[in-house]
Amino acid sequence: MRHELRTPVGREEVLELRAGDVVYLSGVLVTARDRAHRRALEIPKEEVPASFNVVYHCGPLVRRKNDTWEVLSAGPTTSARMEPYLAPLLERFSTRLIIGKGGFSPGAGKLLKEHACAYLAFTGGAGALAARAVKRVLAVHWLELGIPEALWVLEVANFGPLVVAMDAHGGSVYRG
Amino acid sequence: MRSKLAELIRAGVTSLPGDVEKALQIALEREESELARLQLETILKNVAYARERSLPLCQDTGVPIFFVHGFKELGEVEKQIRQAVAEATRMVPLRPSIVDAITRRNTGDNTGEGVPVIHFESGDEESITFLAKGAGSENVSRARMLPAREGVPGVKRFVVETLRSAGAKPCPPVIVGVGIGGTLDLAAKLAKEVLLQPLFKRNEREELARLEEELLEEVNALGIGPMGMGGSTTCLGVKIAAAACHTASLPVAVNVQCWAHRYARLRRVQEEWVVEQQ
Repeated sequence: MRHELRTPVGREEVLELRAGDVVYLSGVLVTARDRAHRRALEIPKEEVPASFNVVYHCGPLVRRKNDTWEVLSAGPTTSARMEPYLAPLLERFSTRLIIGKGGFSPGAGKLLKEHACAYLAFTGGAGALAARAVKRVLAVHWLELGIPEALWVLEVANFGPLVVAMDAHGGSVYRG
Repeated sequence: MRSKLAELIRAGVTSLPGDVEKALQIALEREESELARLQLETILKNVAYARERSLPLCQDTGVPIFFVHGFKELGEVEKQIRQAVAEATRMVPLRPSIVDAITRRNTGDNTGEGVPVIHFESGDEESITFLAKGAGSENVSRARMLPAREGVPGVKRFVVETLRSAGAKPCPPVIVGVGIGGTLDLAAKLAKEVLLQPLFKRNEREELARLEEELLEEVNALGIGPMGMGGSTTCLGVKIAAAACHTASLPVAVNVQCWAHRYARLRRVQEEWVVEQQ
């Protein structure tokens, strides 16, 4: 089944997604890798400068153009690295969609279910196509962590095909 | 040569070798699972789009690795390569992905202590091959000193187990380089270097050619499939290089490469430096 979602994504919309469905997403998402996860969980919640409604595991390739940034390639990074932060992330931010590649371990399915969050996979390595869906960079925070590890707030239009790889009901497209 | 080196890096990260693209097309023709087909279609669309726009096809432009053949002025070549990497990082651009190993501070230009990684080889002809190695696939690569008594069956188990535990992480369908023999470091180097062999070229050593075929079949039988979503294509090819080793040792290294196997070669043709890709 095909879904077109717009951010912010709500609990009910997430519950409609089933493993194997395809999603095209429009709206605002934030990129976060290992170091951004650690910082977002360490500092007081009100100091986190962006919404974590939709989190994208990605370290984009960007080019500075005067005072704006252009995203040239922005595919997903390996989500397994962020799995240790999954429980506190969902607890703290009630994140509804996580986008990445490769999925989490089967054990994470329970956490996604408890917190009504779905994991969507974009094709690893397809960075140029992903960047085509990025309309603009709304903000960048924590650049001192390095360009790949910073928090990039991106506006996307019809970002996809995103495969619902782990849904909020325990379903998964990955084998054990 | 410096401007040609920057061009080499640009070609390497924006365009996939033709044999790898062909292998992906063959995989798409064979795959029956809908999700596997969707992944392969997206991959092929991305390859075409990146080439057309001269955009890095993957945002992880990786660790820059160079295999340099036939040069005499090694210090000079090293200097030029380092400068070209920093320049390409600004101009192509590449994502600055290289950090200090201890402080984790990003160096900003993809150079650092020991990076770019440069291997110097002898040879009659001068050439420089650039390989962009992403972290997703490098992180699941492994080397081990097997007990010598385990022999070829032990090597096979190690390779298959490495790919099984890698699962979806290295962006399958992958290409697998295997180095057997030598020492721990030589096996690891061979495993990476052999990835630069043309994908469809049969290994000249018959035992190795057969081992490559058997391993390809066993890895594909794991059913991991494109991006781990299941399917018959987990691996596009296995390449093996062997070296002699100590009678008490059996070093083996597995270098896993993602489908985005980005490399290109700079070669002197008559008096001109020419960038070539498979």
